[in-house]
Amino acid sequence: MSEILNNSGLFFALLGAAFATFMAGIGSSIGVGKAGVAAAGVLAEEPSLFGKVLIFQLLPATQGIYGLLVAFLIFSNVGLIGTPKDITLQQGLLYFAASLPIGFSGLFSAIHQGNCAVAGINTIVKKPDQMGKAIILPAMVETYAILALLISILAIFAIAGM
Amino acid sequence: MRQDYTYAVSRIRFHENKLLSDADLNTLLSAKDAEAVIRQLKDKGWGDSSTSDNPDELLRRESEKTWELINEIVPEKGNFDFFLVPNDFHNLKVAIKSVTRAQKPDDMFIRNAVTSPELVYDAVSKQEYDRLPDFLAAPAKEAMSVLLQTSDGQLCDVIIDRACMEYVYKLGKQSDEKIIGLYCELFVASADIKIAIRSAHTKKRPDFIARAMAPCESLNVDRLATAASQGYDDVLKYLEDSPYKDAVSAIGNSMSAFEKWCDDRVTEAMKPQKYEPFTIGPVVAYLIAKEHEIKAVRMILSAKLNGLSDDVIKERLRSMYV
Repeated sequence: MSEILNNSGLFFALLGAAFATFMAGIGSSIGVGKAGVAAAGVLAEEPSLFGKVLIFQLLPATQGIYGLLVAFLIFSNVGLIGTPKDITLQQGLLYFAASLPIGFSGLFSAIHQGNCAVAGINTIVKKPDQMGKAIILPAMVETYAILALLISILAIFAIAGM
Repeated sequence: MRQDYTYAVSRIRFHENKLLSDADLNTLLSAKDAEAVIRQLKDKGWGDSSTSDNPDELLRRESEKTWELINEIVPEKGNFDFFLVPNDFHNLKVAIKSVTRAQKPDDMFIRNAVTSPELVYDAVSKQEYDRLPDFLAAPAKEAMSVLLQTSDGQLCDVIIDRACMEYVYKLGKQSDEKIIGLYCELFVASADIKIAIRSAHTKKRPDFIARAMAPCESLNVDRLATAASQGYDDVLKYLEDSPYKDAVSAIGNSMSAFEKWCDDRVTEAMKPQKYEPFTIGPVVAYLIAKEHEIKAVRMILSAKLNGLSDDVIKERLRSMYV
Protein backbone atom coordinates (compact mmCIF):
# COMPACT_ATOMS: atom_id res chain seq x y z
CA MET A 1 0.00 0.00 0.00
CA SER A 2 2.81 2.37 1.01
CA GLU A 3 4.62 1.54 -2.25
CA ILE A 4 1.58 2.49 -4.28
CA LEU A 5 1.23 5.76 -2.36
CA ASN A 6 4.93 6.59 -2.78
CA ASN A 7 4.64 6.14 -6.53
CA SER A 8 1.44 8.16 -6.92
CA GLY A 9 3.04 11.64 -6.84
CA LEU A 10 2.65 12.02 -10.58
CA PHE A 11 -0.98 10.94 -10.35
CA PHE A 12 -1.81 13.71 -7.85
CA ALA A 13 0.10 16.29 -9.89
CA LEU A 14 -1.86 15.25 -12.97
CA LEU A 15 -5.08 15.36 -10.92
CA GLY A 16 -4.20 18.95 -9.98
CA ALA A 17 -3.68 19.88 -13.65
CA ALA A 18 -6.97 18.22 -14.56
CA PHE A 19 -8.76 19.97 -11.69
CA ALA A 20 -7.52 23.42 -12.74
CA THR A 21 -8.54 22.87 -16.37
CA PHE A 22 -11.84 21.19 -15.55
CA MET A 23 -13.19 23.59 -12.92
CA ALA A 24 -12.09 26.82 -14.61
CA GLY A 25 -13.28 25.42 -17.94
CA ILE A 26 -16.74 24.63 -16.56
CA GLY A 27 -17.00 28.14 -15.13
CA SER A 28 -15.97 29.72 -18.42
CA SER A 29 -18.32 27.60 -20.49
CA ILE A 30 -21.26 28.55 -18.24
CA GLY A 31 -20.31 32.24 -18.24
CA VAL A 32 -19.64 32.43 -21.98
CA GLY A 33 -22.81 30.44 -22.65
CA LYS A 34 -25.00 32.80 -20.61
CA ALA A 35 -23.48 35.91 -22.17
CA GLY A 36 -23.86 34.26 -25.58
CA VAL A 37 -27.59 33.73 -25.03
CA ALA A 38 -28.02 37.39 -24.12
CA ALA A 39 -25.86 38.44 -27.08
CA ALA A 40 -27.98 36.32 -29.44
CA GLY A 41 -31.10 38.10 -28.15
CA VAL A 42 -29.53 41.46 -28.89
CA LEU A 43 -28.33 40.41 -32.35
CA ALA A 44 -31.84 39.22 -33.25
CA GLU A 45 -32.92 42.85 -32.91
CA GLU A 46 -29.77 44.88 -33.61
CA PRO A 47 -27.03 43.06 -35.59
CA SER A 48 -24.86 46.20 -35.66
CA LEU A 49 -24.03 45.61 -31.97
CA PHE A 50 -22.16 42.37 -32.76
CA GLY A 51 -18.68 43.76 -32.04
CA LYS A 52 -19.73 45.16 -28.66
CA VAL A 53 -21.63 42.11 -27.43
CA LEU A 54 -18.82 39.80 -28.53
CA ILE A 55 -16.43 41.55 -26.14
CA PHE A 56 -18.87 40.98 -23.28
CA GLN A 57 -19.28 37.34 -24.25
CA LEU A 58 -15.52 36.75 -24.25
CA LEU A 59 -14.91 38.22 -20.79
CA PRO A 60 -15.70 35.01 -18.85
CA ALA A 61 -13.57 32.94 -21.26
CA THR A 62 -10.30 33.98 -19.58
CA GLN A 63 -10.75 31.74 -16.52
CA GLY A 64 -10.63 28.67 -18.77
CA ILE A 65 -7.35 29.96 -20.22
CA TYR A 66 -5.95 30.52 -16.71
CA GLY A 67 -6.83 26.92 -15.80
CA LEU A 68 -5.07 25.72 -18.96
CA LEU A 69 -1.98 27.81 -18.12
CA VAL A 70 -1.77 26.31 -14.63
CA ALA A 71 -2.14 22.81 -16.10
CA PHE A 72 0.72 23.48 -18.55
CA LEU A 73 2.95 24.75 -15.74
CA ILE A 74 2.25 21.62 -13.71
CA PHE A 75 2.94 19.40 -16.77
CA SER A 76 6.19 21.20 -17.40
CA ASN A 77 7.30 21.00 -13.73
CA VAL A 78 6.51 17.32 -13.27
CA GLY A 79 8.16 16.33 -16.57
CA LEU A 80 5.07 15.39 -18.54
CA ILE A 81 6.32 17.97 -21.04
CA GLY A 82 10.11 17.94 -21.52
CA THR A 83 12.55 15.95 -19.36
CA PRO A 84 10.84 13.24 -17.24
CA LYS A 85 11.22 13.69 -13.45
CA ASP A 86 10.56 11.64 -10.32
CA ILE A 87 7.71 13.20 -8.37
CA THR A 88 7.23 12.22 -4.73
CA LEU A 89 3.83 11.82 -3.14
CA GLN A 90 4.40 15.01 -1.16
CA GLN A 91 5.24 16.99 -4.34
CA GLY A 92 2.25 15.52 -6.15
CA LEU A 93 -0.11 16.54 -3.35
CA LEU A 94 1.45 20.00 -3.28
CA TYR A 95 0.87 20.43 -7.02
CA PHE A 96 -2.72 19.35 -6.49
CA ALA A 97 -3.07 21.93 -3.69
CA ALA A 98 -1.55 24.57 -5.99
CA SER A 99 -4.29 23.97 -8.54
CA LEU A 100 -7.12 24.60 -6.03
CA PRO A 101 -7.09 28.44 -6.10
CA ILE A 102 -7.56 28.73 -9.86
CA GLY A 103 -9.90 25.71 -9.94
CA PHE A 104 -12.42 27.11 -7.45
CA SER A 105 -11.94 30.78 -8.18
CA GLY A 106 -12.06 30.11 -11.92
CA LEU A 107 -15.35 28.24 -11.60
CA PHE A 108 -17.22 30.79 -9.49
CA SER A 109 -15.71 33.97 -10.93
CA ALA A 110 -16.50 32.90 -14.51
CA ILE A 111 -20.14 32.15 -13.66
CA HIS A 112 -20.61 35.47 -11.90
CA GLN A 113 -18.70 37.32 -14.58
CA GLY A 114 -21.07 35.76 -17.11
CA ASN A 115 -24.06 37.08 -15.15
CA CYS A 116 -22.46 40.49 -14.97
CA ALA A 117 -21.71 40.39 -18.71
CA VAL A 118 -25.40 39.65 -19.41
CA ALA A 119 -26.36 42.73 -17.40
CA GLY A 120 -23.72 44.73 -19.31
CA ILE A 121 -25.13 43.54 -22.64
CA ASN A 122 -28.59 44.70 -21.53
CA THR A 123 -27.10 48.06 -20.60
CA ILE A 124 -25.52 48.69 -23.98
CA VAL A 125 -28.73 47.76 -25.79
CA LYS A 126 -30.40 50.65 -24.02
CA LYS A 127 -27.38 52.97 -23.91
CA PRO A 128 -24.75 52.04 -26.53
CA ASP A 129 -22.67 55.09 -25.57
CA GLN A 130 -22.08 53.58 -22.08
CA MET A 131 -19.95 50.71 -23.43
CA GLY A 132 -16.86 51.77 -21.46
CA LYS A 133 -18.62 51.87 -18.09
CA ALA A 134 -20.66 48.75 -18.80
CA ILE A 135 -17.53 46.70 -19.54
CA ILE A 136 -15.66 47.79 -16.41
CA LEU A 137 -18.26 46.17 -14.14
CA PRO A 138 -17.85 42.56 -15.35
CA ALA A 139 -14.11 43.16 -15.74
CA MET A 140 -13.91 43.80 -11.98
CA VAL A 141 -14.85 40.16 -11.37
CA GLU A 142 -11.74 39.18 -13.32
CA THR A 143 -9.58 40.55 -10.49
CA TYR A 144 -10.34 37.54 -8.32
CA ALA A 145 -9.54 35.05 -11.06
CA ILE A 146 -6.21 36.85 -11.61
CA LEU A 147 -5.41 36.77 -7.88
CA ALA A 148 -6.13 33.04 -7.79
CA LEU A 149 -4.00 32.50 -10.92
CA LEU A 150 -1.14 34.38 -9.30
CA ILE A 151 -1.30 32.24 -6.15
CA SER A 152 -1.45 29.01 -8.20
CA ILE A 153 1.57 30.05 -10.30
CA LEU A 154 3.62 31.18 -7.25
CA ALA A 155 2.80 27.90 -5.52
CA ILE A 156 3.87 25.82 -8.57
CA PHE A 157 7.19 27.66 -8.85
CA ALA A 158 7.74 27.37 -5.10
CA ILE A 159 7.13 23.60 -5.23
CA ALA A 160 9.53 23.26 -8.16
CA GLY A 161 12.24 25.06 -6.16
CA MET A 162 11.85 22.83 -3.09
CA MET B 1 -35.45 24.71 -11.41
CA ARG B 2 -36.42 28.30 -12.20
CA GLN B 3 -36.58 29.04 -15.94
CA ASP B 4 -33.94 31.37 -17.36
CA TYR B 5 -35.22 34.22 -19.56
CA THR B 6 -31.86 35.78 -20.50
CA TYR B 7 -32.57 35.67 -24.24
CA ALA B 8 -36.09 37.06 -23.88
CA VAL B 9 -34.95 39.88 -21.60
CA SER B 10 -32.16 40.92 -24.01
CA ARG B 11 -34.70 41.24 -26.80
CA ILE B 12 -37.14 43.10 -24.57
CA ARG B 13 -34.43 45.61 -23.64
CA PHE B 14 -34.22 46.58 -27.30
CA HIS B 15 -38.00 47.01 -27.53
CA GLU B 16 -38.10 49.02 -24.30
CA ASN B 17 -36.17 51.71 -26.18
CA LYS B 18 -39.16 52.12 -28.45
CA LEU B 19 -41.74 52.54 -25.66
CA LEU B 20 -43.26 55.99 -25.46
CA SER B 21 -42.15 58.18 -22.57
CA ASP B 22 -44.23 60.78 -20.72
CA ALA B 23 -42.59 63.42 -22.93
CA ASP B 24 -43.57 61.48 -26.09
CA LEU B 25 -47.19 61.40 -24.92
CA ASN B 26 -47.14 65.16 -24.35
CA THR B 27 -45.78 65.62 -27.89
CA LEU B 28 -48.59 63.45 -29.27
CA LEU B 29 -51.09 65.40 -27.23
CA SER B 30 -49.88 68.69 -28.66
CA ALA B 31 -50.30 67.41 -32.23
CA LYS B 32 -52.76 69.35 -34.40
CA ASP B 33 -55.14 66.48 -35.14
CA ALA B 34 -55.52 62.67 -35.20
CA GLU B 35 -53.71 62.42 -38.57
CA ALA B 36 -50.69 64.19 -37.10
CA VAL B 37 -50.74 61.81 -34.10
CA ILE B 38 -50.85 58.78 -36.43
CA ARG B 39 -47.99 60.21 -38.51
CA GLN B 40 -45.85 60.65 -35.40
CA LEU B 41 -46.68 57.13 -34.20
CA LYS B 42 -45.76 55.63 -37.56
CA ASP B 43 -42.46 57.54 -37.46
CA LYS B 44 -41.80 55.80 -34.14
CA GLY B 45 -42.38 52.39 -35.73
CA TRP B 46 -46.04 51.81 -34.89
CA GLY B 47 -47.98 49.51 -37.19
CA ASP B 48 -46.19 48.21 -40.28
CA SER B 49 -45.93 49.00 -43.98
CA SER B 50 -49.40 47.59 -44.72
CA THR B 51 -51.19 49.31 -41.82
CA SER B 52 -53.58 52.04 -42.93
CA ASP B 53 -54.06 55.37 -41.16
CA ASN B 54 -57.20 54.08 -39.47
CA PRO B 55 -56.67 54.61 -35.69
CA ASP B 56 -58.37 51.33 -34.69
CA GLU B 57 -56.31 49.33 -37.17
CA LEU B 58 -53.08 50.97 -36.00
CA LEU B 59 -53.84 50.22 -32.34
CA ARG B 60 -54.93 46.66 -33.13
CA ARG B 61 -51.78 46.02 -35.17
CA GLU B 62 -49.57 47.38 -32.39
CA SER B 63 -51.21 45.05 -29.88
CA GLU B 64 -50.81 42.12 -32.30
CA LYS B 65 -47.13 42.97 -32.82
CA THR B 66 -46.59 42.96 -29.06
CA TRP B 67 -48.09 39.49 -28.72
CA GLU B 68 -46.20 38.21 -31.77
CA LEU B 69 -42.97 39.29 -30.04
CA ILE B 70 -43.98 37.77 -26.69
CA ASN B 71 -44.99 34.47 -28.33
CA GLU B 72 -41.68 34.37 -30.20
CA ILE B 73 -39.42 34.95 -27.21
CA VAL B 74 -41.31 33.12 -24.44
CA PRO B 75 -42.28 29.59 -25.49
CA GLU B 76 -44.32 28.85 -22.32
CA LYS B 77 -47.58 30.69 -23.03
CA GLY B 78 -49.03 29.86 -19.60
CA ASN B 79 -46.89 32.63 -18.08
CA PHE B 80 -49.29 35.23 -19.46
CA ASP B 81 -52.60 33.56 -18.64
CA PHE B 82 -53.14 36.10 -15.85
CA PHE B 83 -53.25 38.76 -18.56
CA LEU B 84 -55.33 36.86 -21.11
CA VAL B 85 -58.02 35.07 -19.06
CA PRO B 86 -60.16 38.22 -18.64
CA ASN B 87 -60.57 38.01 -22.45
CA ASP B 88 -61.75 34.39 -22.09
CA PHE B 89 -64.36 35.44 -19.57
CA HIS B 90 -65.43 38.29 -21.85
CA ASN B 91 -65.80 35.76 -24.69
CA LEU B 92 -67.83 33.53 -22.39
CA LYS B 93 -70.26 36.39 -21.68
CA VAL B 94 -70.56 37.07 -25.41
CA ALA B 95 -71.14 33.38 -26.17
CA ILE B 96 -73.82 32.94 -23.47
CA LYS B 97 -75.70 36.08 -24.48
CA SER B 98 -75.45 35.28 -28.19
CA VAL B 99 -76.77 31.75 -27.63
CA THR B 100 -79.67 32.81 -25.40
CA ARG B 101 -80.65 35.63 -27.76
CA ALA B 102 -80.07 33.49 -30.87
CA GLN B 103 -77.71 36.12 -32.27
CA LYS B 104 -74.38 35.77 -34.03
CA PRO B 105 -71.46 36.92 -31.85
CA ASP B 106 -69.60 38.28 -34.92
CA ASP B 107 -67.04 40.89 -33.92
CA MET B 108 -67.77 40.82 -30.21
CA PHE B 109 -65.15 38.16 -29.44
CA ILE B 110 -61.64 39.07 -28.35
CA ARG B 111 -59.25 36.88 -30.36
CA ASN B 112 -56.29 37.15 -28.01
CA ALA B 113 -57.41 34.67 -25.36
CA VAL B 114 -56.28 31.38 -23.79
CA THR B 115 -59.20 29.43 -25.25
CA SER B 116 -60.42 29.81 -28.80
CA PRO B 117 -63.63 31.93 -28.90
CA GLU B 118 -65.15 29.47 -31.42
CA LEU B 119 -64.65 26.61 -28.96
CA VAL B 120 -66.27 28.65 -26.18
CA TYR B 121 -69.23 29.50 -28.43
CA ASP B 122 -69.64 25.93 -29.65
CA ALA B 123 -69.40 24.41 -26.16
CA VAL B 124 -71.90 26.92 -24.75
CA SER B 125 -74.35 26.52 -27.63
CA LYS B 126 -74.33 22.70 -27.27
CA GLN B 127 -74.13 22.96 -23.46
CA GLU B 128 -71.06 20.69 -23.53
CA TYR B 129 -69.21 22.50 -20.76
CA ASP B 130 -66.70 19.72 -20.17
CA ARG B 131 -65.06 20.74 -23.46
CA LEU B 132 -64.05 24.01 -21.81
CA PRO B 133 -61.04 24.40 -19.51
CA ASP B 134 -61.94 23.99 -15.81
CA PHE B 135 -61.74 27.71 -15.05
CA LEU B 136 -64.45 28.41 -17.67
CA ALA B 137 -66.61 25.28 -17.40
CA ALA B 138 -68.13 25.85 -13.95
CA PRO B 139 -68.97 29.57 -14.38
CA ALA B 140 -70.28 28.85 -17.90
CA LYS B 141 -72.69 26.23 -16.57
CA GLU B 142 -73.83 28.36 -13.63
CA ALA B 143 -74.19 31.59 -15.63
CA MET B 144 -76.11 29.87 -18.42
CA SER B 145 -78.47 28.18 -16.01
CA VAL B 146 -79.10 31.48 -14.12
CA LEU B 147 -79.74 33.34 -17.36
CA LEU B 148 -82.15 30.68 -18.65
CA GLN B 149 -84.05 30.52 -15.34
CA THR B 150 -84.15 34.21 -14.38
CA SER B 151 -83.33 36.13 -17.61
CA ASP B 152 -81.19 38.30 -15.31
CA GLY B 153 -78.28 39.39 -17.52
CA GLN B 154 -76.69 41.37 -14.70
CA LEU B 155 -76.56 38.35 -12.40
CA CYS B 156 -75.07 36.32 -15.26
CA ASP B 157 -72.31 38.97 -15.63
CA VAL B 158 -71.73 39.01 -11.88
CA ILE B 159 -71.16 35.23 -11.83
CA ILE B 160 -68.69 35.37 -14.72
CA ASP B 161 -66.88 38.48 -13.44
CA ARG B 162 -66.44 36.96 -10.00
CA ALA B 163 -65.12 33.70 -11.50
CA CYS B 164 -62.69 35.79 -13.56
CA MET B 165 -61.45 37.71 -10.51
CA GLU B 166 -61.03 34.53 -8.49
CA TYR B 167 -59.08 32.82 -11.27
CA VAL B 168 -56.80 35.81 -11.93
CA TYR B 169 -56.17 36.02 -8.18
CA LYS B 170 -55.32 32.31 -8.07
CA LEU B 171 -52.85 32.73 -10.95
CA GLY B 172 -51.24 35.65 -9.15
CA LYS B 173 -50.82 33.59 -5.99
CA GLN B 174 -49.36 30.67 -7.95
CA SER B 175 -46.78 32.83 -9.69
CA ASP B 176 -43.22 33.21 -8.38
CA GLU B 177 -42.99 36.64 -9.96
CA LYS B 178 -43.76 39.48 -7.56
CA ILE B 179 -44.92 41.73 -10.37
CA ILE B 180 -47.53 39.18 -11.52
CA GLY B 181 -48.72 38.75 -7.92
CA LEU B 182 -49.07 42.51 -7.50
CA TYR B 183 -50.83 42.93 -10.85
CA CYS B 184 -53.36 40.21 -9.97
CA GLU B 185 -53.91 41.58 -6.47
CA LEU B 186 -54.56 45.07 -7.86
CA PHE B 187 -56.77 43.61 -10.62
CA VAL B 188 -59.07 42.02 -8.02
CA ALA B 189 -58.88 44.81 -5.44
CA SER B 190 -59.65 47.54 -7.99
CA ALA B 191 -62.57 45.51 -9.35
CA ASP B 192 -63.90 45.06 -5.79
CA ILE B 193 -63.58 48.79 -5.11
CA LYS B 194 -65.37 49.64 -8.37
CA ILE B 195 -68.17 47.20 -7.46
CA ALA B 196 -68.43 48.80 -4.01
CA ILE B 197 -68.63 52.35 -5.43
CA ARG B 198 -71.18 51.45 -8.11
CA SER B 199 -73.24 49.38 -5.66
CA ALA B 200 -73.24 52.26 -3.17
CA HIS B 201 -74.46 54.64 -5.88
CA THR B 202 -77.17 52.23 -7.11
CA LYS B 203 -78.12 51.06 -3.58
CA LYS B 204 -77.65 47.34 -4.23
CA ARG B 205 -78.62 44.73 -1.63
CA PRO B 206 -75.80 43.47 0.67
CA ASP B 207 -76.15 39.85 -0.56
CA PHE B 208 -75.78 40.98 -4.21
CA ILE B 209 -72.67 43.03 -3.35
CA ALA B 210 -71.12 40.16 -1.41
CA ARG B 211 -71.79 37.79 -4.30
CA ALA B 212 -70.13 40.13 -6.79
CA MET B 213 -66.91 40.67 -4.84
CA ALA B 214 -63.94 38.30 -4.84
CA PRO B 215 -61.69 37.98 -1.79
CA CYS B 216 -58.15 39.34 -1.94
CA GLU B 217 -55.33 39.95 0.51
CA SER B 218 -55.31 43.73 0.58
CA LEU B 219 -59.04 44.20 1.22
CA ASN B 220 -61.53 42.84 3.72
CA VAL B 221 -64.37 42.23 1.24
CA ASP B 222 -66.94 41.59 3.99
CA ARG B 223 -66.28 45.02 5.49
CA LEU B 224 -66.17 46.61 2.03
CA ALA B 225 -69.48 44.99 1.06
CA THR B 226 -71.09 46.13 4.31
CA ALA B 227 -69.76 49.66 3.74
CA ALA B 228 -71.08 49.60 0.16
CA SER B 229 -74.54 48.62 1.36
CA GLN B 230 -74.49 51.56 3.80
CA GLY B 231 -73.46 54.21 1.29
CA TYR B 232 -70.69 55.90 -0.72
CA ASP B 233 -69.20 57.77 2.26
CA ASP B 234 -68.86 54.52 4.21
CA VAL B 235 -66.92 52.98 1.29
CA LEU B 236 -64.49 55.91 1.31
CA LYS B 237 -64.24 55.69 5.11
CA TYR B 238 -63.34 51.99 4.89
CA LEU B 239 -60.77 52.65 2.15
CA GLU B 240 -59.13 55.33 4.35
CA ASP B 241 -58.14 52.49 6.70
CA SER B 242 -56.98 50.18 3.89
CA PRO B 243 -53.81 50.07 1.74
CA TYR B 244 -55.83 52.06 -0.83
CA LYS B 245 -56.12 55.26 1.23
CA ASP B 246 -54.01 57.09 -1.40
CA ALA B 247 -56.65 56.19 -3.98
CA VAL B 248 -59.50 57.89 -2.11
CA SER B 249 -58.90 61.31 -3.68
CA ALA B 250 -58.75 59.68 -7.15
CA ILE B 251 -62.03 57.86 -6.46
CA GLY B 252 -63.50 61.19 -5.37
CA ASN B 253 -62.65 62.61 -8.80
CA SER B 254 -63.93 59.82 -11.05
CA MET B 255 -63.70 56.10 -11.81
CA SER B 256 -61.25 56.79 -14.64
CA ALA B 257 -59.02 58.70 -12.19
CA PHE B 258 -59.09 55.63 -9.96
CA GLU B 259 -58.22 53.36 -12.92
CA LYS B 260 -55.29 55.66 -13.69
CA TRP B 261 -54.22 55.44 -10.03
CA CYS B 262 -54.22 51.61 -10.27
CA ASP B 263 -52.26 51.59 -13.55
CA ASP B 264 -49.74 54.09 -12.18
CA ARG B 265 -49.25 51.94 -9.10
CA VAL B 266 -48.49 48.87 -11.25
CA THR B 267 -46.12 50.94 -13.41
CA GLU B 268 -44.27 52.21 -10.34
CA ALA B 269 -44.01 48.68 -8.90
CA MET B 270 -42.59 47.25 -12.12
CA LYS B 271 -39.84 49.86 -12.59
CA PRO B 272 -37.18 47.69 -10.83
CA GLN B 273 -37.71 45.17 -13.66
CA LYS B 274 -35.64 47.52 -15.85
CA TYR B 275 -32.55 46.21 -14.04
CA GLU B 276 -33.41 42.49 -13.86
CA PRO B 277 -31.61 40.41 -16.52
CA PHE B 278 -32.69 36.78 -15.95
CA THR B 279 -36.35 36.41 -14.94
CA ILE B 280 -39.63 36.79 -16.82
CA GLY B 281 -40.34 39.99 -14.84
CA PRO B 282 -39.04 42.41 -17.54
CA VAL B 283 -41.13 40.64 -20.21
CA VAL B 284 -44.25 40.91 -18.06
CA ALA B 285 -43.42 44.54 -17.28
CA TYR B 286 -42.98 45.28 -21.01
CA LEU B 287 -46.32 43.65 -21.83
CA ILE B 288 -48.14 45.67 -19.18
CA ALA B 289 -46.28 48.84 -20.21
CA LYS B 290 -47.24 48.30 -23.83
CA GLU B 291 -50.91 47.81 -22.90
CA HIS B 292 -50.81 51.04 -20.86
CA GLU B 293 -49.16 52.79 -23.79
CA ILE B 294 -51.82 51.60 -26.24
CA LYS B 295 -54.52 52.68 -23.76
CA ALA B 296 -52.93 56.15 -23.52
CA VAL B 297 -52.62 56.51 -27.31
CA ARG B 298 -56.25 55.41 -27.73
CA MET B 299 -57.28 58.20 -25.34
CA ILE B 300 -55.24 60.78 -27.25
CA LEU B 301 -56.65 59.67 -30.59
CA SER B 302 -60.23 59.72 -29.23
CA ALA B 303 -59.65 63.20 -27.86
CA LYS B 304 -58.34 64.45 -31.21
CA LEU B 305 -61.17 62.80 -33.16
CA ASN B 306 -63.87 64.10 -30.80
CA GLY B 307 -62.41 67.54 -30.21
CA LEU B 308 -61.87 67.08 -26.45
CA SER B 309 -59.59 69.46 -24.62
CA ASP B 310 -55.97 68.39 -24.05
CA ASP B 311 -56.28 69.13 -20.33
CA VAL B 312 -59.09 66.59 -19.89
CA ILE B 313 -56.91 63.89 -21.48
CA LYS B 314 -53.71 64.98 -19.76
CA GLU B 315 -55.11 64.24 -16.30
CA ARG B 316 -56.12 60.76 -17.44
CA LEU B 317 -52.81 59.78 -19.08
CA ARG B 318 -50.94 57.05 -17.24
CA SER B 319 -47.33 57.43 -16.10
CA MET B 320 -45.16 55.58 -18.59
CA TYR B 321 -42.69 52.78 -17.78
CA VAL B 322 -39.68 54.44 -19.44
